[in-house]
Amino acid sequence: MTATTTAGTAETTMARALNAALRDALREDERVLVFGEDVGPLGGVFRITDGLTAEFGEDRCFDTPLAEAGIVGLAVGMAMGGFRPVVEMQFDAFAYPAFEQIASHVAKMRNRTRGALPMPMVIRIPFAGGVGGVEHHCDSSEAYYAHTPGLKVVTPATPDDAYWLLRDAVNDPDPVVFMEPKRLYWAAGEVSPADRRPTGIGRAAVRRTGTDATLVAYGPSVSVALEAAEAAAQDGRSLEVVDLRSIVPFDDETVAASVRKTGRCVVVQEAQGFAGVGAEIAARVQERCFHSLAAPVLRVSGFDIPYPPPKLERSHLPDADRVLDAVDRLQFDDEPDVLHLAREAS
Amino acid sequence: MPVRKPTTVREPVRKTARKTVREAARKTAPATGRDRNPAVDELLPSAVPVRFVAEDGTAVEPPAGRTAPADGELLDAYRRMVLGRRFDRQATALTRQGRLAVYPSSRGQEACQIGGVLALRDADWLFPTYRDSVALVARGLDPAEVLTLLQGGWHCGYDPAAVRVAPQCTPLATQTLHAVGMAEALRRKGEDGVVMAFVGDGGTSEGDFHEALNYAAVRKAPVVFFVQNNRYAISVPLAKQTAAPALAYKGVGYGVRSEQVDGNDLVAVLSVLASAVEYARSGGGPSLVEAHTYRMDAHTNADDATRYREDGEVERWEAADPLARLETYLRGRGVLDDAEVAAAHEAAEAFAAGVRDALNADPEHAPGPMDLFEHVFAEPTPQLREQRDLLASELAAEED
Repeated sequence: MTATTTAGTAETTMARALNAALRDALREDERVLVFGEDVGPLGGVFRITDGLTAEFGEDRCFDTPLAEAGIVGLAVGMAMGGFRPVVEMQFDAFAYPAFEQIASHVAKMRNRTRGALPMPMVIRIPFAGGVGGVEHHCDSSEAYYAHTPGLKVVTPATPDDAYWLLRDAVNDPDPVVFMEPKRLYWAAGEVSPADRRPTGIGRAAVRRTGTDATLVAYGPSVSVALEAAEAAAQDGRSLEVVDLRSIVPFDDETVAASVRKTGRCVVVQEAQGFAGVGAEIAARVQERCFHSLAAPVLRVSGFDIPYPPPKLERSHLPDADRVLDAVDRLQFDDEPDVLHLAREAS
Repeated sequence: MPVRKPTTVREPVRKTARKTVREAARKTAPATGRDRNPAVDELLPSAVPVRFVAEDGTAVEPPAGRTAPADGELLDAYRRMVLGRRFDRQATALTRQGRLAVYPSSRGQEACQIGGVLALRDADWLFPTYRDSVALVARGLDPAEVLTLLQGGWHCGYDPAAVRVAPQCTPLATQTLHAVGMAEALRRKGEDGVVMAFVGDGGTSEGDFHEALNYAAVRKAPVVFFVQNNRYAISVPLAKQTAAPALAYKGVGYGVRSEQVDGNDLVAVLSVLASAVEYARSGGGPSLVEAHTYRMDAHTNADDATRYREDGEVERWEAADPLARLETYLRGRGVLDDAEVAAAHEAAEAFAAGVRDALNADPEHAPGPMDLFEHVFAEPTPQLREQRDLLASELAAEED
């Protein structure tokens, strides 16, 4: 990675880090194009594309008509033609019209043409809640994409990851659904310089080390898990926090290593729980770590309800207390029931 | 496409008479003068489909501004139509023999299939549907590679980038958006290529079709949307598909120049498409061309068309057969004789034999089970590597 103007900066926000990543990508590779609804002079409703049209011109960063299937379909054609589109879906729930294009073409084109037509593109989706958004602005839609073979699904929890994962996504030879946790847009942090940059897509990161249990989280839930770990520490319980960063590809290695070490696991996700990413994580952990587990893998998630109105979202969103309640249910006080093993042996 | 300018010459009329004159003008179509918007008129298709050759093969007066392709081009088109029809019949036969899983025939649509392809250059791109195998063969693609999708060996059997033909698209009208994106890509790279998207009558009901028209018009993309209106979307007839006076009018609301053409008249199809392609190439922007044609066979071999249409209707369309029409027309012009006709059919027979041989032989480089994990991503994920190993061990166990 060549030196960029942004990496290595002091304190910034996730929103500014994303903006910088797009700017640097546009600068470095003329095949990169940014387009979507209101991403031009306005700079996007979250200002992630702020200033890009001014710097790179309407040709490189432009507004499209209001049609999400069209945005992604256009990107498919452009990727076929050798470009690297980075498109913005304005909100999670507004991306659904594009789902056919994503599932049937973006995800499958490389495979159906046996590598002749790869789809190097990034679909940026501001997702999840916690920002007081009204109806249809706060869906956790990551499972739909993660369930679709051929898509990489990435979600940053820090400005550093926001910058570097987005740079990696733009450079990736495959399509990446880049899920931006809205409530972390204003979270502060630093962006590492290139020589100390975080690992790329496909690797999880241990955000806090601990010995008693592992909390596995991603995107907006990482800060919740860290808050819970901090509170648990005050109670004398040591929790390890693993930030997935990349849902697809999934880093079994880092997650399993942590759970084998701690022997207990709670998966934290903001999304509704049923058939979600957390269910997949829980299944993978017990498949790999069964003999290291002292308690069942538990999930903490949003409820299986349509995303609630702003005044009620607090009750829906998993918070540190709900995570700590789950940790309490990890059977720390139970003696292992091994007597039956002894009986069977005799 | 000709610009249909309204008649602007107006005689001075005394105030008292104006109202009467205006009312009279409204009653006698077409309206003129201030009742017309030239910006709209420029987009409107002709009131009736453009036609050069009547059903009986005799020439009719085409609309002003339209010119017929040269005889040599028409003769070439004729040969390709003969070949295309024979290929189509062969593919249907191979389906009955179980060599193809399914085949959506385009019998009766040869003027569209061949006309569409002949309007394009090699450097142009084509975005076809599953019913356009004949067009792909006419463009020179290897027929065995074209039929890979339907034979079931893989999804797309040819290299789209090498032949500038996108994979045959099954999700309806989704390819129209890709066509616009590709048109943008070509223009950005400084190429003067044009993109043609094939779509059916049913496809024009899909949202993607409308989004594509809108995008193409807003961005003035060099795209030709070619609607083959064969009057059926599987079993649903046109009358249940749309209330539009013609599908061609769907372009007008988006600012896309539109035209309708007799889709069984190769001369008309080629003439109209060639000028639409030229218009796009010269920077004019997108066009929509609707060809009125007919799907002579059922949707696929798995479909039973007698459940939703009368035999009489099919027989009536036999009279409009595009191949017989072109043959009569060319014979009448002295361009085609018995020897030429026989030679065209001979070439088609030889081609069909080649298709049969290719499909009956086991392909040399057919993908195997382990190929299932290739090209999901550029590099397989750890999970895919595990699953690949699992399948490999299953296969090894089978062999033991």
